[in-house]
Amino acid sequence: MSLLEVKDLQVRVEEREILHGLSLNVNPGEVHAIMGPNGSGKSTLSHVIAGKPGYEVTGGQILFRGEDLLEMDPNERAAKGVFLAFQYPVEIPGVTTWNFLHAALNAQRKARGEDEISSPAFLKKVREVAKSLNIPQDMLKRGVNVGFSGGEKKRNEILQMALFEPAVCILDEMDSGLDIDALRIAADGVNALRSPERAMVVITHYQRLLNYIVPDVVHVMSKGRVVKSGGKELALELEESGYAQFEDAA
Amino acid sequence: MNVVAKTETGRALGDAFAAARDRLPGKGKIAEQRREAFEAYERLGLPHRRIEDWKYTDLRALMREVLPLAPAPDAAALGRAADAVKLRAIDGVRRLVLVDGAFAPELSDLGTPEEGLSIRPLREVLDAGDGALSAQAFASDISNPMIALNGAMATDGVVIEIANGAVLAQPLHIVHVASGTAPASTFTRSLLRLGRDTGVTLVESYLAGEGAKAYQTHDGLVVAIGDNARLDHVRLVEDAVDAFNISSATVSLGAHAHFNTFSLTSGGHVSRYQLTITCAGEGSKVETNGVNLINGKQHADTTLFMDHAVPHCASREIFRAVVDDRAHSVFQGRIIVRPDAQKTDAKMMTRALLLSDDAEADNKPELEIFADDVTCGHGATTGALDQSLLFYMRARGLPEKEAQALLIQAFVGEAIETIASDALREVAIAAAQRWLQARA
Ligand SMILES: Nc1ncnc2c1ncn2[C@@H]1O[C@H](COP(=O)(O)OP(=O)(O)OP(=O)(O)O)[C@@H](O)[C@H]1O
Ligand SMILES: [Mg+2]
Repeated sequence: MSLLEVKDLQVRVEEREILHGLSLNVNPGEVHAIMGPNGSGKSTLSHVIAGKPGYEVTGGQILFRGEDLLEMDPNERAAKGVFLAFQYPVEIPGVTTWNFLHAALNAQRKARGEDEISSPAFLKKVREVAKSLNIPQDMLKRGVNVGFSGGEKKRNEILQMALFEPAVCILDEMDSGLDIDALRIAADGVNALRSPERAMVVITHYQRLLNYIVPDVVHVMSKGRVVKSGGKELALELEESGYAQFEDAA
Repeated sequence: MNVVAKTETGRALGDAFAAARDRLPGKGKIAEQRREAFEAYERLGLPHRRIEDWKYTDLRALMREVLPLAPAPDAAALGRAADAVKLRAIDGVRRLVLVDGAFAPELSDLGTPEEGLSIRPLREVLDAGDGALSAQAFASDISNPMIALNGAMATDGVVIEIANGAVLAQPLHIVHVASGTAPASTFTRSLLRLGRDTGVTLVESYLAGEGAKAYQTHDGLVVAIGDNARLDHVRLVEDAVDAFNISSATVSLGAHAHFNTFSLTSGGHVSRYQLTITCAGEGSKVETNGVNLINGKQHADTTLFMDHAVPHCASREIFRAVVDDRAHSVFQGRIIVRPDAQKTDAKMMTRALLLSDDAEADNKPELEIFADDVTCGHGATTGALDQSLLFYMRARGLPEKEAQALLIQAFVGEAIETIASDALREVAIAAAQRWLQARA
């Protein structure tokens, strides 16, 4: 069974249709890349999968391990193993990163019927992950993303992904705002999480990221649809020729 | 509108006052003051919305009548009170308990006081005829009808004096407990006098015993902070959901004195806290902070009057209201800077968070500045929880209520942070968390 199955998805925002029948099939262990021009609907797709309010699904389905994802609250989806690394992570003043992550991890565990993780055990775990991603400890004591640089926010997303160990990870432009070294560290972090059970959907504008995180499948999105799918060489092709050839297809 | 007193309830209360007069401590001048205070109350009656200061808190509509005096607590009442006190006990404090308006020595910690500390029940002070102290306890302005009524009817309270130079390590904790199973009113008045170069922390809590019904707590606190003295004050209103709490505090500061006060209201059906602070000595500093956490049909009003009478004083107000369901939060903050009060530095910031469409928050800041060389400002905002933050948190696995709770804690945290003592900050956080948990 596929892990994540998007079938003929149609989505509207404020009376305007943004996704016009999008399909995507992601199996365990696969890495999919989604590329496409600005405004083609990539973030919209990621938001709808994560359950962001404000989108009206007018047709189609999203199945996660065969279950109807659209029926679930965002927190239920997270507990089941859906993770979205945001293109624009928000700042949450007054809520320390440390506290937030502990509460979130325990909420997920509770939802799955697992025991809560104690503060010392959590501390140990989060420290290890932070170290592997080159994230300084004192960032964990600050408000979530408050005063973080663009690159630090992105690394904090990868940190959460590593901590929650989700089944499907959607990375929305994780490479934007990262310098070359940070990109390599973050990509290493993502690669470390690759496993036969886990799938990744990597949204990016740049082929460079895909040198680090090598995809099994590349999709081109245009105007709310997947207009072409292929192997990793498709990304190189796009780098050469741009999206113009797909505009008509869409 | 001045002649409302002769309503049914006005007459009933008049009779109640006549009947209670003999039970009320204090003869001679005090008895005289009580009668004047009662007459002042009777002329105005329960305040209503056409009186500017009570525009948002119409007691005539919300409270309708003042209930008769609660009987003195019997053994069963003291037992219920003891349970309530135990449930909210704070470690390391000296506890002073008032049950149904009467000082309860059996529930209080009267063990050897620290050097320079004197504690006596108000009743004892009045009975002993201590003129100066009694006069100070009853000196409040009776133009405010609820302060007048409180003065007229006060049955007991705590009189605390701190001798010059005494800095007390142990906080004092005045606990007001309503234990009555039949609706009634309690009237208490307390006095706290800090001498020169003193320091103390005072905590006040308002609680209900099991089964306490629709009671009314009328409390008054008079505080004089001497030169170079510091008072830290934490107040927690956790009354029963159908209770009324009408409290007033009148505070004056001497030169280079420091007053840090924090009030949290999560209980009670209708509450009004009237805080009047006068900077009477140069170089004094005031931090007034508060949090309302209310839901259901609760109504919580904080009315602050900050009086800068002399130069070189500073005041800061941080007030946060979290309002759910059909609850109504009111913050009125009036700052007056009198002509002599040059170099005053006064700032007030109030923010309200509305958790439902029917929730209401009224903010009425007023600055009246009569001096020219001052720094004054105020700001007020009202808003809802940020949906994009909530979604981010939920996408990480937090159920909606839990995500809201973290954001609410952060929101009120800015006010709670101002509490100087780590231990008492934790006490305030625990009170906020009780509210959040009850909501979850
Ligand atoms: N809340 C909204 N209200 C109105 N229009 C919206 C809303 N959210 C998205 N859109 C529109 O939907 C379209 C797709 O936006 P989306 O953010 O999904 O694009 P994207 O492919 O992620 O673009 P980028 O590469 O720039 O990140 C855009 O035209 C955008 O303006
Ligand atoms: Mg996008």
